[in-house]
Amino acid sequence: MIPLNHYLILGALLFAIGVVGIFMNRKNLIILLMAIELMLLAVNMNFIAFAHYLGDLSGQVFVFFILTVAAAESAIGLAILVALFRNLRSIDVEDLGSLKG
Amino acid sequence: MAFPLILFYVFGFVLLASALAVILVRNPVHAALFLVLAFVTASALWLLIYAEFLAITLVLVYVGAVMVLFLFVVMMLDIDIAKLREGFWGNLPLAAVVGVLMAGEMVLLLVRGFSGPVMSPGAPPPNFSNTKALGQVIYTEYVFAFELAAVILLVAIVAAIAITLRSRKETKYQDPRTQLSVKAGDRLKIVKGMK
Repeated sequence: MIPLNHYLILGALLFAIGVVGIFMNRKNLIILLMAIELMLLAVNMNFIAFAHYLGDLSGQVFVFFILTVAAAESAIGLAILVALFRNLRSIDVEDLGSLKG
Repeated sequence: MAFPLILFYVFGFVLLASALAVILVRNPVHAALFLVLAFVTASALWLLIYAEFLAITLVLVYVGAVMVLFLFVVMMLDIDIAKLREGFWGNLPLAAVVGVLMAGEMVLLLVRGFSGPVMSPGAPPPNFSNTKALGQVIYTEYVFAFELAAVILLVAIVAAIAITLRSRKETKYQDPRTQLSVKAGDRLKIVKGMK
């Protein structure tokens, strides 16, 4: 059978790929959102692995709630993206300096 | 090598390769499609450790709804890819250093911390229903969190509509105030004496 740390290492690598994606695509807001989805997937992978190997169903319940919140997050993120593109004609993060923060 | 382990390596390789493709390909539509592949592969990996309900939910909710929304937005926006890709590979050294450091640290920790033979407890009994067990936990122990999740989804619906809603000038719509205060005389005009 599959040992636990196989799943944990896979999750760690997937999370690192998500972080690299955020560093690489600093201009493209859509790919940034996709990289965040990848990182959430990595976290869910760890939760499900622990839920199975420790025999505790609470881990799967947490994944259920993470999926809910992630779906809401990406829906609002894409709505902001559409509103942004309508006003600026661009999705470049560098163009978002109008708040002067 | 056992068959599930071979399956794990195949699916894990496909998952990591498609995740790399998501962040590296030039076309955002292709990136979204690679993300679909990553989600489907992850759901297969979850099936390998008997999380049937969440595997199906990942495909139905994520691939069926969220990724379709992503594809819809990507195709709707008319973006200049060449401008967005400027300086893409210039970020590579920093990204590679941070990524390799993070992955290295986590893998080192996991290999040292979980090197013991934490093996799978094996398949559940044949009449065991993952969905039923999950439902029994969600509707008793986590019922408050469940209702909060419903509220979060409602807020997300309202926020997404409120952010993207705009009234155009050329759109024809009824003004309820003038519609309610209308009198019979405004609508009906009696013309007499036409001969």
